[in-house]
Amino acid sequence: MMAELIRNRMAASALAFIILMLVFAAFAPAIAPYNPTEIDTKNILTAPSKAHIFGTDTLGRDIFSRIVYGSRISLSIGFIAVGIAVLIGIFFGSVAGYYGGRIDSIMMRFVDIMLCFPTFFLILAVIAVLEPSIFNIMVVIGATGWMGVARLIRAEILTLKEREYVMASKVMGARPAWMIVRHLIPNAIGPVLVSATLGVGGAILVESALSFLGIGVQPPTPSWGNMLMDGKSTLGVAWWHTVFPGLFILFTVLAYNLLGEALRDFLEPRLRR
Amino acid sequence: MMDGTILKVRDLKTHFQTDRGVVKAVDGVDFDVRTGETFGIVGESGSGKTLTALSILKLVAPPGRIVSGSVVFKSEDLLLLDAERLRKIRGSKISMVFQEPASAFNPVFTIGYQIIEAVMAHQAVKMSKARDLAMEFLKRARIADPAKAYHDYPHQLSGGAKQRAMIAMALVNSPELLILDEPTTALDVTIQSQILDLLDEIRERERLSTLFISHDFGVIARMCDRVAVMRKGLIVESGDKAQILNDPKEEYTVSLLESVKALA
Amino acid sequence: MTILECKDITKSFPIKRGYLQEEVGAVKALDGVSLSINKGEVFGLVGESGCGKTTLGKIILGVLKQDSGTVALATRRIQVIFQDPFNSLDPKMRVFDILAEGLILQGSSEIRKKVESSLDLISLPKGALDKYPHQFSGGERQRIAIARAVLTDPEFIVCDEPVSSLDVTIQLQILRLLKDIRKQFSMTYLFISHDLRVIKFMSDRVAVMRQGRIVEEGPVRQVYTSPSHPYTRELLSSILEVYPDAYGQ
Repeated sequence: MMAELIRNRMAASALAFIILMLVFAAFAPAIAPYNPTEIDTKNILTAPSKAHIFGTDTLGRDIFSRIVYGSRISLSIGFIAVGIAVLIGIFFGSVAGYYGGRIDSIMMRFVDIMLCFPTFFLILAVIAVLEPSIFNIMVVIGATGWMGVARLIRAEILTLKEREYVMASKVMGARPAWMIVRHLIPNAIGPVLVSATLGVGGAILVESALSFLGIGVQPPTPSWGNMLMDGKSTLGVAWWHTVFPGLFILFTVLAYNLLGEALRDFLEPRLRR
Repeated sequence: MMDGTILKVRDLKTHFQTDRGVVKAVDGVDFDVRTGETFGIVGESGSGKTLTALSILKLVAPPGRIVSGSVVFKSEDLLLLDAERLRKIRGSKISMVFQEPASAFNPVFTIGYQIIEAVMAHQAVKMSKARDLAMEFLKRARIADPAKAYHDYPHQLSGGAKQRAMIAMALVNSPELLILDEPTTALDVTIQSQILDLLDEIRERERLSTLFISHDFGVIARMCDRVAVMRKGLIVESGDKAQILNDPKEEYTVSLLESVKALA
Repeated sequence: MTILECKDITKSFPIKRGYLQEEVGAVKALDGVSLSINKGEVFGLVGESGCGKTTLGKIILGVLKQDSGTVALATRRIQVIFQDPFNSLDPKMRVFDILAEGLILQGSSEIRKKVESSLDLISLPKGALDKYPHQFSGGERQRIAIARAVLTDPEFIVCDEPVSSLDVTIQLQILRLLKDIRKQFSMTYLFISHDLRVIKFMSDRVAVMRQGRIVEEGPVRQVYTSPSHPYTRELLSSILEVYPDAYGQ
């Protein structure tokens, strides 16, 4: 009982934090006190104060405003990358799971091959070749993160396709595409929701890492990752430059992880029933 | 007991705490099982008959809870016994045979091993004696090849053979009361015949008292001396088999029998 | 008029073992089954578990492909009612959508009207259309499955153990409903069950199956009163009746 309450409270706070970040992203212009790209040479690297609650960076820009605007980047990359991954994964998984046989073998071998790649290095390589635009980043993270979803959907569909409501549909003359879209995917989607939620956290981390290395979101657009990059050189004298973006990355990813786990717990007993 | 009653159940109530409120699965059940008789409980799904059986041996898992009542076995109230006393009774004085033979056996141990386990839990005998007992009872359960079955794993046996093995395991400690919960429901009808014949034979030879639970009125009619009809946690009517079948008094019993007879 | 004709149907299922899923043997589910069903009759198919009756049903429906043999259907308007009221309706769909699906696939018109009038046939209120399967009892779900089958105006329905999962009082309701539908729509049924009493109640002719073969076939009255095959006799002798004094004290 206690464990459940604690878990629920954590899940609730996670959800609250996520909503807060969504609010930040949606209403950034209203929430951020300063223009995130506004340079103020008179206030370089000032510590957190009433005027700048998170301090300023090497160009005098308000860190809090940059974090608020940065949430847009992180969240949109997170959602779109995961969206792409989920779409690819659902397609692969449902075709492989539904048709079975050779199609399934071939597709799953392809998935296995993809899983052999150290994804992060693959992303690095691709971004290094293409230009590091936000769009490219979203697509690459999505295109390298669909395999888990594919496996989940395939596993669910393998079980579900023998269900009688699917057979009834077949008898009524439904085509494979109809059965997959109408019956199989809606019933298989549960585990995917969990995976997708956890995936948002993962995508945010990847974006932060790329930006930190300098091949992600390019300045002057603020992203939590490239703020870390800027803060690297001033770590000794301006802790706020690194700590605040870092904390936001930490809490956001943690929040999505907790939400994902809560979803899994919520779905688990249902699935068993 | 002096008056020939081996089990007296009074006002048994087992409730479930769900998020939709309290489900009164067993809601005040009274009945007696006389020594040497086969007492049947018949009811449809959700009537609470299986839960009644589980409650007798205090095998109810949360969120279910035995809320009140008494289950007096030969002068001891089972619901009041401490865990150790109750453990000594389960499997030796009172035994139970379940509906799904597959789930009653642990898939990673052989049949023989599991029967021996049942023996060793209750009888202070040498391993070799336990083995002999296991083989003896597998034979008594008329299992096709007792020596082979002894060394087989559950999945290697057919449904009927597994049920025989479960019966052997239930009888190996010579219980005084045998509880059977839908023992033939999961079996093909020809196998069901054989198992019921076996149960007849055992009942005669061992002079067992039996509590037989089923949704199938045909099986109940064949096996039982007295019958109770359960519905929604309560016993609606009970009495001698002949009386219940020929002259049911309650409306529910009448409609139940009508549905059964309509297919005759 | 023959509505269905099966000739020498065989079907085996391979047993696969190991990581590479190699075939180590096969289970012969159907070993040369032939039968024919006439329009308007109820043909009962009875047998114990593993006899192949469900496999044959699936092959007739076109859900499974036979290894050899032919299935000739004089109509394309065939439907199915399954055993499991829990799994035969998509849990994520509203009852209206479940019932409408067949009509949509057929390209019918006036779908809403037809769906609503089907509720009268199965005695469910109009409010049922907006609910989900889990909100109904087993018997109600089976009635929805029956409505779904009947809505597309089929000529032939395969009933695969339609009442086996139901309580005995509900069983009778459903069987009576199926009989009414037969009369009203001149329906032909292939009625599959392991329950001999249900088969007798519903069928005109019956075939007894065992281990992939039909061992006996004929009009129900004849097979039940004078069975010729020993297996049929064994099956019939294991029926437990509840007649008064059926079991003398």
